[in-house]
This record gives sequence, structure tokens and C-alpha cells, in this order.
Amino acid sequence: MTSPENSSPTERIGVYVCHCGTNIAGTVDVEDVAQWAAGRLKHRGVVIARDYKFMCSSLGQEMIEKDIKELGLTRVVVAACSPHLHEQTFRTACKRAGLNPYLCELVSIREQVSWVHTDKVAATGKAKAVLSGGVERVLHHEALEPLRVPIHPATLVVGGGIAGIQAALEIADGGFPVIMVEREPSIGGHMAQFDKTFPTLDCAACILTPKMVSVGTHPNITLLTYSEVTKVDGYVGNFTVTVRKKARCVKTDLCTGCGVCQEKCPKKIIDEIYEAGLGYRKAIYVPFPQAVPKYPVIDRENCTYFQKGTCKACEKFCPTGAIDFNQEDEYITLQVGNIILATGYDLFDPRRIPHYGYGRLANVFTSLEFERLSNAAGPTNGRIVLRDGVTVPKAVGVVHCVGSRDRNYNNYCSAICCMQSLKFAHLVKERTGATVFNFYIDMRTAAKAYDEFYQRVLEEGTLFVRGRVAEVTDAARLAGEEGKLIIQVEDTLAGKQRRIPVDMVILSAGMQPRADAKEAAKLFGISCSADGWYIEKHPKLDPVATMTEGIFIAGCVQGPKDIPNTVVQGAAAAARVLGRIQQKEIALEPIRASIIEARCSGCRICNNLCPFNAILFHEDRMVSEVNPALCQGCGTCVAACPAGAITGTGFSNEQVLSQIEGLLMLNLDGGRRVAEKAEAVLA
Amino acid sequence: MTKYLLYPGCSLESNARAYHDSLMAISGPLGLELEEIHDWNCCGATEYVGISLTPAYALISRNLALAAKQANGTRTVVAPCSACYLNLAKADYYMRESPKLGVKVNTALAAGDMHYTPGSLQIRHLLDVIMNDIGLETVKRGVVRPLTGLRVAPYLGCMVPRPDYEHRWSNPEYPTELDRVLKALGAEVIDFPLKTHCCGGHMTQIGPDVAYELIRRLVHAAAEYRADMMVTLCPMCQLNIDAYQGEMNRHFGTNYRMPILFFTQLMGLAFGKEPEELGIGKELVNARAALARIGVEVPPAEAAPAPRKPRRPKEALPMPHMPEDMEVNQ
Amino acid sequence: MTTTAIEVEIERPDLPPLPQPPIADLRFLEEVAAATAGVSRLEMCIQCGTCGGSCPPSADMDHTPRQLFAMIRAGMRDEALRSNTPWICVSCYHCVVRCPQGVHIADVMYTLKSMAIRAKLYKDSTAPDFSQTFVDFVENYGRSFEFGLATRHYLKHYPLRLPGMVPKGFGMLARGRMDLTPHRIEGLDQFRAILARAKELEAAS
Repeated sequence: MTSPENSSPTERIGVYVCHCGTNIAGTVDVEDVAQWAAGRLKHRGVVIARDYKFMCSSLGQEMIEKDIKELGLTRVVVAACSPHLHEQTFRTACKRAGLNPYLCELVSIREQVSWVHTDKVAATGKAKAVLSGGVERVLHHEALEPLRVPIHPATLVVGGGIAGIQAALEIADGGFPVIMVEREPSIGGHMAQFDKTFPTLDCAACILTPKMVSVGTHPNITLLTYSEVTKVDGYVGNFTVTVRKKARCVKTDLCTGCGVCQEKCPKKIIDEIYEAGLGYRKAIYVPFPQAVPKYPVIDRENCTYFQKGTCKACEKFCPTGAIDFNQEDEYITLQVGNIILATGYDLFDPRRIPHYGYGRLANVFTSLEFERLSNAAGPTNGRIVLRDGVTVPKAVGVVHCVGSRDRNYNNYCSAICCMQSLKFAHLVKERTGATVFNFYIDMRTAAKAYDEFYQRVLEEGTLFVRGRVAEVTDAARLAGEEGKLIIQVEDTLAGKQRRIPVDMVILSAGMQPRADAKEAAKLFGISCSADGWYIEKHPKLDPVATMTEGIFIAGCVQGPKDIPNTVVQGAAAAARVLGRIQQKEIALEPIRASIIEARCSGCRICNNLCPFNAILFHEDRMVSEVNPALCQGCGTCVAACPAGAITGTGFSNEQVLSQIEGLLMLNLDGGRRVAEKAEAVLA
Repeated sequence: MTKYLLYPGCSLESNARAYHDSLMAISGPLGLELEEIHDWNCCGATEYVGISLTPAYALISRNLALAAKQANGTRTVVAPCSACYLNLAKADYYMRESPKLGVKVNTALAAGDMHYTPGSLQIRHLLDVIMNDIGLETVKRGVVRPLTGLRVAPYLGCMVPRPDYEHRWSNPEYPTELDRVLKALGAEVIDFPLKTHCCGGHMTQIGPDVAYELIRRLVHAAAEYRADMMVTLCPMCQLNIDAYQGEMNRHFGTNYRMPILFFTQLMGLAFGKEPEELGIGKELVNARAALARIGVEVPPAEAAPAPRKPRRPKEALPMPHMPEDMEVNQ
Repeated sequence: MTTTAIEVEIERPDLPPLPQPPIADLRFLEEVAAATAGVSRLEMCIQCGTCGGSCPPSADMDHTPRQLFAMIRAGMRDEALRSNTPWICVSCYHCVVRCPQGVHIADVMYTLKSMAIRAKLYKDSTAPDFSQTFVDFVENYGRSFEFGLATRHYLKHYPLRLPGMVPKGFGMLARGRMDLTPHRIEGLDQFRAILARAKELEAAS
């Protein structure tokens, strides 16, 4: 390490201190800091120190570029906001002026000084120390070139709901191959379960199935249904994905989709997934008639042959001999350049709210159950009836905010329940003429044609009660309550508690992340919030990208949303991917760790610590190695290595230690104790 | 033997003496060693907190301080009475949540040379201890006279299952603990929808009209479900539903005769103890008629057939699958 | 020349005086929150009405719990303290466990009771008197005394019902469920010292 006192400056450093309006200048005396740097850091190589109102502006950047050209600067230090915001800006400015962008260092005197301190004298002193640290560090910077990796043109779309379908179609139409992996036997997702969609009351299947068919027949889309991703290796542009194709026990090249096997299968079970537990299917089944692909699947856990060894009716009756009980799971390895996760949501389980009676009281239904009830292809062929399958309700209550906006369950608003509840009110009125009550806290109808739909439902005569339902009970107390479900609620606008007898209660249950969302996120190496929704790169400005390069998210996996927004996100993710593919290669940040092989003892502590699985271990040489393409430069391994064998370009030991020396002002007036120096310096 | 500090509370010494007697009778078979807190004072029920906050919490905390000092080998206080349990638990919890309150209370306690460190004791209800510490297996093993054929409506009232800051119960609205204990005794437990609905508390004294309606709702529902008796764990609920049932009947012109006993009394009967030992007969709405159904050996063949579940029509839609302990038991 | 605006009060004796705005004490919310045990979270209320919907005796209340909180937030101190709502509250805690915002509703009711007593704003003295009588016995003996409480309370508030209570009273006595004399704790002096100090602290806060 060069001794600070004795070195003669070898670099020409430009220092720029930003006012950031009053954000920094209001607390830190920026002119003083700049002058101080020009004077006290001159012997370290500072040839010019300026202060300016807004360094990130074009004029500010031009100032840097001009100095680089005219003064022959070899290093630049900008003291301004956090690197998260403008590191790229200043690096690009340097690049334009012909200086390697990685020879520019941005130190934060805003988030780390002016925004967190109120004492102006102390803040100015700290800003000087921070700047001094930056100057010392930049002396050890090296000119780096970004890593360029090629982008494989294929894309993996995980999840065959409307988000995944939209994304897949856009990329495939753009001329590039897509592989779609879907867990269920058919694509379609939750949207395929719905009856009508708000606010247009389009039939969900009618608008979805054409897209499903396009996906099924598109030359650029490889559809892997009844399949799951089991392993993901690699990095952006170069992912290696292992997919487990579960055994359908049906030979798809022979199956014609005639459906005889389903007819003849003697084993009938409750369909918990597609029919939401309200209808039945057979052990060999196609989830719904418009399924894509049309090939059935044998549910081994419920198939008589697999459980007891008898039956085989499907095989006997199949006209093309397409049943194959010996079929095994197949493992496929794929090479893709980008991945879009569109795995959707699960419904909140209202059994967690016992005072709403779901599960105990027969005629309390969830929103998904009601969708199946009103769907013409559902278990009652579209007749809205009570749990007995026969009686048409005369009074129906629709409960908003079930499990949402509630500290005891899910704190967030599920975005679609108000509109969904209005839709239910409309459908019930239309089909049965029953009296309908909607119980809400607020009416959230914030998108195009949504509030107009609310007006329509009001006109139709649905009764709205502003009050969060306290209880749904069958314990009759007053006249007229016998045999009914009673909804007890405070009508907050009338100011009275009401007990309203109805025949049927529909609970607009909220959305939740999938039960296995967290495990899936780990598999792909991205983060989830505490709730379980996947985290976008920036909540406002980058909702479809994630912090992991090459992995995008779309649809409800990112948070509750309606169909238009889901489609938009699917398309947005596709656009990002198409952009990447067009560029054919991507430049990765060269800030990453590297292991000095000579010092590595093979202890492997770093291997498991890496959040990006970027460290490989070479068994033959007993040393670890960092894959520079996967490494995101987080520094965890650098800190953890007990032998100090890991260093990083962009955060080498020399850089960090000299930054510390600079912070402690050891680089000034050599030889004296730190405390003395600091006081003398701050004066 | 598992040892606990017992906070009986004023009710167990007077109007809920049956609760106390039956608790003493069953503690042997359960292996429950109860040491009464020496010189405990009234917890203030729901009255003192409505008058003045600091004195109310100081009143409660004197008991906590006494218990903490007396604790030898155990740091758990068991309270059978709902209001006492809630008061002790709340005092400890709020003093932890709001240190300001803790400081005030301890300053007051200091005037009597006492001190209580919030969090140094565990406050638990009797039912919680029986379910989770003693365990249902032990309860089942003690049963010599199963209560077969007795239809009971489990009734917990409000203040035991709620507000449950320490999450001790399976659910604050539909807890299954009492149901499961009664099932373990062999009784037929109905799925009583009002099992944690309020009996009116002190409104029988203050606003009788309000209270009678609340009592009527409970008794009416229990009768609708053809319960032989209600079974509770709260002295106030037992007092209201038992001692005020006559007045409630007069008020509404109804004719209910719904006996209500403490769950410890039923446990005692199942363990083979004599009714007198358990305070049976102290209730004003006599339970003897209902108990006669199990007091006599009834040969299995002659036992009343279980009511048949109504046959579901062919078109009926399937019900959602419920976890085992929440199964509907009509 | 710059002109500056000058506020001038012009007397217009021909016009009637402007009406006074209703008295709104916007610190009332803070006061109630501060006087409640634990953290009340009263400011988190979104007026959803779950509390009013769950409350068993709400039909007998002047205001539902939710309305009462709206009044507290509007600073309607007098009206709020005069309301009979906290006195009808049976402490069933349904509201507390169901409130989506975690407001400690039942404890706020206790606070309102004590504030109403201090300000002497309650309309019907039955409930406060009952509580006070109960507390008097506890302070004297260290234990509650039901027989004394019942007699004193019914004599004062429901004298006509007393004769009808006699059979029940005998029933309870005969079954050993009521004592005619009070129990006393041993450490009465120490107990009273604690309560006296607590009252001082309460008055000071």
C-alpha cells in the first residue's frame, strides 16, 4: 500500500461537489467543501474542485466533460446523491469525454450526510471526510470494460394464465421461440374459471380461448403442460433450465381428444382446482372442454389402477390405444436467454374467518365457487342455486373485503374485489331476480368504465350497505330469520346495526400469493416481499423487471391486479425481452468478485453464502471460482472469506482500505494522531 | 404432578363455589398441583378499570407481585375465572406494551413494598392448562363413567377466548378446546354457533333489559340445538344464565329450562366423583333431570339411536373440506 | 410604492353577530389515546363499522362504537362523554378481535367511562354508581362483597325489584353461593397504601 504522506500525485483528479438545490447545500457548506478539497487534497492529486447547483443536469455533466478534455483529468470524484440514482449518469458523462467510466467515483453526501444530520458544522465536516475517502479510493480504481454476454433467443414463460399467454404470444409473434411451462394439464389459469369479466361482461372463456388456441398452435411456442421447473442454472442470456414433464399416462401423438376415457372412467372425485371444489371430475380428465392441449391426464393419487391395480377402463375403451400406464416423468433441459414468471395467485381461504361461516354453513360461497356456479359450463350449467343444487335464492348478500385490508389476515387491498362484487350483484339479479345486498367499506372502482359499471348496478336496484360484515350466522333470533343466513352488520351510513336475512352469501375473498411462491422464488433466485408477492426492480418505474438480470415478472405474481393490468404487464415483460434479444448481447457490470486461487484453501464457506449461486468449486484443484456473469458484486463472499482470498474489481481491498484512510483523514499532513488531525482539519 | 399458582378470584369463593369444589375434586386425577396465592385481593372485575386506570391496574398487579414472590418452582399463574384471567393477562401484557403504565403501577406498588416485573409470570387459563399441559390423553385415561348420550352445548363466553394477545387459543371466535375436552369425556358435543357470544356480564345488575335479551339468545339457541345442558367455564356466565333464567323467562313470557354447569363438574362426573363433591345441586335451574340420562347404566342396545343425518339430495353440491377439529357435528 | 394589506375590524352594529362554531376540541383524540392502557391505535380507525356490527347490545346504545370514535375524532367531547355507549358495553371483545385496524376498542370504552365520571357527564347514574359501589367494597375489604353490593345497589336504583329478588337471594344463600358477611384480606393496610399512591399518580397524570 502506498504510504499517503510520501507519494507524489500520479493522477489528475477532478472533484465536483453538488448543491442539489438546497437538499445538500441547506445543511452542508458545499463551497467550503470544494475549496477545502482544492487546498487540502492537492497533494493527493486534486487539480480542480468545483461546486455546482445540480451536477446531474446537462450543464453539470458538460462541466465534467470539459474539464476532462481541457485539464487532462484521469480520475473524477463527484460528491452528490446516492450512486443508486446517478452513478450511471456521471459514468456516461466521463465515457463521452473519453475517460473510462469506471474511473469515476460518486460519493453520497446527501443520503449519508445532509439528509440525516441537522448540525451544519458537523455535517460539513463529515462531507469533507466522505469526499476525502472518495479521493483516496478513486486512486486505486482501474479502467474496466463491461462483460458482454450473448443472449440466447429463446424465452421461458412460467405460468400459462393470461399474463403468460400474452407475453408468450407477443414474443412468438415477434419471431422468437418461446417455451411455456404450466403446472396444470391445461393453460388458461384463473381466468378460464370465470364466467363473465368486468366491466364489459365479456364471457371470459370467449375472449381467452382464442388466445389459448393461438398459443397451442403457434409455430414459435413450445407448450409444456402438466410440467414444472425443477432447476435453474446460469445467468442472463444463458439460463439452463430443467423441466419435469409429469407423466400424463396418455400418448399425445395417438390421443385424438375424443373423451371416451373420461366417460368410461368409474372414479369420480371432487375437482378442487378447476371447479373450486364445487364440481366433479374423473380420475382421467381434461380440466375443461376448451382445454389446450386437449390431451387428458391421469391423476395417479385417485386412479383405481394406480392405487389398487384394477380397472384400466380407459385403456380398454380408448380407440387409438393412447393410454400408457407405464409412462414416466420426463426431464427436459432447456437453454433460454430470459425468463418471465407469470405464476398468478391463490384465493384467500375464508375458513380462516370462522364467523363468516364458510365451511360450516352450507350456503356461504367463495368468489371462485360462485364463478363456477354462474358459468354455463360449470357444475350447475350456469344456474345460480343453493348448495342443495336445486333451490334458487331469493335474497343474496355479497361481502367485500374478505381477508383483505385486515391486519389479522392480509393487510393490503386485493384491487379487484369491489368490481368483482358488483359483477356478482349484476349476474345474480339478471339470472334470478333475487334481492341483492352488497356490503362494502369503500367502493374502489378506479379504472376505465369501472365507476360507470357501479352506476349500472345501482340502477339495476342492488342495495348497498356501507359496513364491514361482522358476522354471518344461522342462529335465528328475530322473526323472519328462521332457516336463513343472517348477515349482521353496522349500516354506518344509517348508524344502526342491522340483521339482514338472506339465502346465499358470497364472500369476495382476496388474492394471496401462491402457496409455494417463496420456494419458487428461491428456485429462480429472485426476491419475495414478506407477503410473498414477487419484488419488482422499482415499484413505480420498473414494475416488470426484477433485481436479477434476465428474469421478469408479470401479472398477479407481482401483486393483485385486474385483467387489463395483467395483460399490460405481460406485454411489457415481452417487450423488454424482445429488446434484449434484438441486441443479441448484454453488457454486464464489471463490478464483481474474483478469487485469488493461490490464497484459496478450499474451505467452501463462500459457496453457500452466495445469494446468486455464482461460486463453483473445482474438486480437482480444491479451489472455488466465481462465475463473473452470475456474480452481482454484492461483496458477501469477500467479507466472509477467512483467508482474504476474495477480492473484487470495484471493491478491492486496496480500494476499501484506502477509502477508510481517507475518511479518517490519514491522508493529510502525515505523521500525526488521528484525533489531532481531524480537529485541525475540520477547523 | 405439575405445579401452578392458583388465583381463585372472588366468585369461586361465593357464587361459583361449585367451580372451586369441582376443580379441587379433579385436580388429583389430572395430576394438577395448585398452590393458592397467599392473601390475594379482588381483581376489580370489569368495574375498576371503568373508574380509574392506574388504581385499577395497581389493584390487579398486587396479585401479580404476590404470585411472583411466592413462585417456587413455577412461574405460571392459573385463573379459572374469566374476568380474573383477562385482568391478570391484560395487566401483564399492557405493562409490557406500554412501559409508562408499568412505571406508574410499580410506583404505586412500591408504596406497599411490592414490585412486579412485567413478563416475569405466565398467566394461563385453566382450560388452556388442561388441554396443552395435562393433555387430552390424561383426561381420557381418567374417565370411568363416559357421559355417553348427554348432549352438551359448550359455552365459553367472551373474556377467555378474547382478546387473546398471547395466541393461546385455536381461534378467538370458534375455539375448539372446550369441545374437545367434552368429547374426550364421551359427551355428544353440539356445534354451538353462539359459543363465544356474550351473556351480558354485569348488565344483569345495571341494564337488565339488555342482559335478558342476550341471555335469551343463548338459551334459545341451545334449546333449538336440542342441548340437554350448557357447559361453561365462566362464573359470570353461569350466574347470569342460571340465576337470572327465571327473570328472563318472566320478562319474555318464555318457558326455558336450560341447566348450565361448569366443565369441571362434568369432568368430575366422568372421573367417577359423586355429584355432591362437585357442587351439583347448587345451580338454580336444576341439572338433575338432564344428568339422569347418564346417571343410570344404560345398556348399549337400549341407548337412544343417534339422530340420522338428513340424506343429501343427488343434485347437491359438495361442501368445502374442513380440517378435522372443525367438523360440523349436527 | 408598495402597498401592504392591512386587516381592519370594521364595526357593523347593524348586522347580527356571526354564529360561534360548535366547540371542537381536536386534542380530545390524543387525550383519549393517552389515557388508555396499552397502545389504543384509535387514529387508525377507517370507520368500517365492524365494531358496531359485532356489538351485541348496540341496539340499546345512543351511538354505535364506530359513531363514538367518529365523534371523538371530530373533537365532540361533550357529546361523546354524555353518550351512554361505554356504559352499555359488555366487554365481550368481539370488536377488538375483528377490527381490521387493530384498535383496542374495549379499552377505549373503559377510558371514556372514567373520563365521563371525572367530568360528571354521564346521563344515567346506574352504571357508574354500580361500579363505584363495587369498588368501595373492594377498597374496604380487599375482596368484593356481593351481598352488600346487591343490597346497596338495588336499594338505590331498583327498590321496587327488591322484593322480587328475595326468593333468588334465599336460593343463593341456601345453596351456599352467597355470604352474608364480607371476607377481608390480611394485608389491608399495605393494600390501601398501594391504592392511595395509585390514585395520587392518576390524579397527577
